[in-house]
Amino acid sequence: MMRIHPDLIHLLYGIAAVLVFASLVGYALQRRYSPDGANLAIENLNDRIRAWWVMAVLLAIAFIGGKTGVVLLFGFCSFAALREFMTLTHARRADHWSLVASFFIVLPYQYYLIWIDWYGLYAIFIPVYVFLLLPILSALRGETEDYLVRIAEMQWALMITVFCASHVAALLNLHIPGYDGRNVLLIAFLIVVVQLSDVLQYVWGKLIGRRKIAPRLSPSKTVEGFAGGVLSATLVGAGLWWMTPFTVFQAGLLALVIALLGFCGGLVMSAIKRDRGVKDWGHTIAGHGGFIDRLDSVVFSAPIFFHLVRFWWT
Amino acid sequence: MSDHSASSLPKSALASSFAVVITLFARFVTAVRGIWVGNEPSRKRRIYFANHASHGDFILIWIVLPPRLRRKTRPVAGADYWMKSPLRRFIGRDVFNAVLIDRDREARTRDPIEVMQEAIAGGASLILFPEGTRNMTDEPLLPFRAGLYKLALARPDVELVPVWIENLNRVMPKGEFIPVPLMCTVSFGPSLKVAHGEAAEPFLARARDALLALRPARNGGAA
Repeated sequence: MMRIHPDLIHLLYGIAAVLVFASLVGYALQRRYSPDGANLAIENLNDRIRAWWVMAVLLAIAFIGGKTGVVLLFGFCSFAALREFMTLTHARRADHWSLVASFFIVLPYQYYLIWIDWYGLYAIFIPVYVFLLLPILSALRGETEDYLVRIAEMQWALMITVFCASHVAALLNLHIPGYDGRNVLLIAFLIVVVQLSDVLQYVWGKLIGRRKIAPRLSPSKTVEGFAGGVLSATLVGAGLWWMTPFTVFQAGLLALVIALLGFCGGLVMSAIKRDRGVKDWGHTIAGHGGFIDRLDSVVFSAPIFFHLVRFWWT
Repeated sequence: MSDHSASSLPKSALASSFAVVITLFARFVTAVRGIWVGNEPSRKRRIYFANHASHGDFILIWIVLPPRLRRKTRPVAGADYWMKSPLRRFIGRDVFNAVLIDRDREARTRDPIEVMQEAIAGGASLILFPEGTRNMTDEPLLPFRAGLYKLALARPDVELVPVWIENLNRVMPKGEFIPVPLMCTVSFGPSLKVAHGEAAEPFLARARDALLALRPARNGGAA
């Protein structure tokens, strides 16, 4: 169990304050516009706020639990996301052993490698070893129909939901001079910026959104929401410099990169949902949909944030 | 949840803990969700009839029912499978309180319809798989056996509810023994009854169509 850094406590207070404010607004809106629960938009908003509380509490517990807590939490998120992704693939009977291996060997081993801090292997385990071994496993059954589609989908699922997602936990392994023992704050920085960017894009879009930015992929996203959300998330990120190893300007720049990647991640994952003919990835998080619906932007920004910080700061 | 009069206290406590463990495991693997389409959960006695691809089918139906309905909902299952080993016997009879029927026409001493009627008379709702056996083919649904019709004729007061279980066949395909985590849904459709004077064949066709109509439309996914 690690000592809890005062910066983390400040951040948790800040998040709690934001959530209390959101809950009060949600409550007021419900009293005013949806006393009988008839206004679906407001009910959904309140579902989302309640789910945010749960997510914030789980994250706080994981942060306090240190590396083990973070690895377990994101390992479980990867599991839930992989379960959602594989459900929508063409994987069939012949891929059964590949699927078993993905869930019960690849996923736990990737997180184990992060836990023991073996960078040389966790950086290439899925992109190299699993990339080559998994198709062999599927080929052994001799089923050739849709073979390329099936193995490509499985590789993609593992890269996104396990490899990319695990880089959130891997942030704990970066050794930044003068920043020892505070690495969970890097995760907090990433998640707060990405998720706030999502929320602020939604808010700006509702307030002043007019022109659709990608009508075929994501009909609710607007140019105004995108610009407003990304810019305000950048400002928030710059304002959080005190808990990072970055200067104000660097924190803002990284926040901008994170927010942009998060936005694009949302678009990419929407394209897959449209292709598969579903609205949400799952139903496990009330108001939000599935784990991937909530994690898509984090997953896209985590590996690049990880490598930028690793390259410039360690 | 075991209603077995013969089961002792420690045994029924063990059965309830087994039910909790099996339920948690099933949720972990399938994140199963119940969808009610043109129907609502009801305290009335019902016969839920569902597609059958896996031994876990009735567990998923059971999980998505509201807890107060679970206790009086009993799966109908083949005695040949569920009496085979002590563990299966315990799970089938004590944990899930299954109505066990003898599928072997030659050797059996009791008519399955009679056994099922007895369970209904005892206040239970039933979970029934009218295909009669697990569907191992690529067809979505095998032809129905006549049992559903006979039961519906004998108990015209009991509603028949079609229940489509999606994806469980992919979780554990034929011949595999390790389940793969994939999301499953259980869809309940509008209740059916035998129309006045309706013959077996048209009724069974109607019931089968009602079940097939619940299949979720999706690109890709389950082949």
